Amino acid sequence: MIFFDKVSKTYFDGQAPAVFDITLGVEPGEFVSIVGHSGAGKTTLLKMLFAEVIPSEGAVFFGSREVGKLSNNELLKLRRNIGTIFQDYRLLSTKNVYENIAFALEVAGRSDEDIAGDVPHVLDLVGLSDKIWSFPHELSGGEQQRVAIARAIVNQPDVLIADEPTGNLDPINTHDIVGILKKINDLGTTILLTTHNKSVVDSIGRRVVTMDQGRIVRDDKDGKYSL
Amino acid sequence: MPLWTTIKRIARYGFVGFVRNGFVSLSAILMMTIMSFMLVNIMISNAAMTSTLQDLTNKVDVTVYFQTNASQEHIEQIQKSLQALPEVASIAYVSREQALADFRERHQNDQLTIQALDELGSNPLGASLEVRAKQTSQYESIAKYLQAQQDSQEGAGASIDKVNFYQNKTAIDRLTKIIDTSEKNGIAKTVFLAFCALLIVLNTIRLAIYTARDEIGVMNLVGAGRWYVRGPFMVAGVLYGLVSSVLVLILLYPILLYRPVLIGLDPTTELLFGSFNSYAYYTGHFLLFFFVLTGTGIALGALSSYLAVRRYLNS
Repeated sequence: MIFFDKVSKTYFDGQAPAVFDITLGVEPGEFVSIVGHSGAGKTTLLKMLFAEVIPSEGAVFFGSREVGKLSNNELLKLRRNIGTIFQDYRLLSTKNVYENIAFALEVAGRSDEDIAGDVPHVLDLVGLSDKIWSFPHELSGGEQQRVAIARAIVNQPDVLIADEPTGNLDPINTHDIVGILKKINDLGTTILLTTHNKSVVDSIGRRVVTMDQGRIVRDDKDGKYSL
Repeated sequence: MPLWTTIKRIARYGFVGFVRNGFVSLSAILMMTIMSFMLVNIMISNAAMTSTLQDLTNKVDVTVYFQTNASQEHIEQIQKSLQALPEVASIAYVSREQALADFRERHQNDQLTIQALDELGSNPLGASLEVRAKQTSQYESIAKYLQAQQDSQEGAGASIDKVNFYQNKTAIDRLTKIIDTSEKNGIAKTVFLAFCALLIVLNTIRLAIYTARDEIGVMNLVGAGRWYVRGPFMVAGVLYGLVSSVLVLILLYPILLYRPVLIGLDPTTELLFGSFNSYAYYTGHFLLFFFVLTGTGIALGALSSYLAVRRYLNS
């Protein structure tokens, strides 16, 4: 479903590549944890999937289509089909929880009636029904990340990319977020997760890809965290 | 998604963003208000200048005095030939009798002159034609034409006694220069100030949107199209322009009535401009001000937002 075909990325001429000659395939429904030190190239690899970073060499395929060759409109459609969550949550600060989630549905062209039905449902899934009219600055870090997850999954994407989603959270919130991600994966969504957190990777107990200096150094089907 | 739904959502987010970013909106509105006052200053100053110059221009003419024995036929001949000139706007005929009556009226308190006139027994004044040109710069050519007629001493030209343009030449030349310079200066000032205003407003709105640059990135990331991202910012820009222009239109009433100096219109200038009254001009041309101010405000707000968002959409 997702295939990185010999991709490399060099940001500045003369510098070492952030990602070098990576070939990696991900099947539908998989939960893949990508681990490695800071600067190992994890985030660069993920960003290539939704064309926020363009590879210097090689190609990225989503299904049968090459991401780098998509038109502007096709790219927008692709992004609506990939949910993304980040360490810094990236919520729209002037919009409340309802509007943040509704925004993702609106850009996908959903009707107001659908939106009014789907937003409370997805908030219920992440356990935030009572915060529907709160603004991001009124929420804790864990709550903000749950809103980000709700926004990422509300369009029922095929793939969810989680880039260090627990990096700013305490152990209890981390545990909750991992639980939600597992639940989403059980419902059939492919998940690509990057993390530094050993206990997170070990508790998931699924495929682990280890990166070092822009290369893949291990790829274990039922892996544990090891650097 | 139906276009109407998209427009409705963009408008709603634009309005909500305008209200929720209260301080940012306020600073943008204040900047645009200052710009609008600058625009009003230019409009009123130009109108005052034009009105004054029009008054002065109306007081200038070329007068052809005829000999006392000039025949009516010759006078009409000159009048007809003048009417054929494209530069001539109007011609007023003053008969000998009218000239005498005017003279008596002008000197009614000067007994000595009136007495001297009575002693002459006959009317010493000739008929005259007061000629107005379409533009002040054209008086010279009209005067030259009349001078040539007089110099030829043939036919009707022989009846011309005097062309008075050359006595007024210095004044007319100076006035022509003032009109030319003030028109050129007016255009230069308008262009320069409009450019400054555009830069100020653009930067204020850019600053406002700079605070939202991360959000623009997030919108791109969730797959929002370019117009869906930039639309609400443009709606907010239009609202900045609309609110500031309405504010200015309201504030202009008390300001022009009591303290025109507040927007840089010096009361002494108003005295210099004589009959021109900025308050009367404003109320008399309210629709012009309304369309210019709201039009400029809306266009500037939308354009500035468009340009500012483009920067972050491209990055």
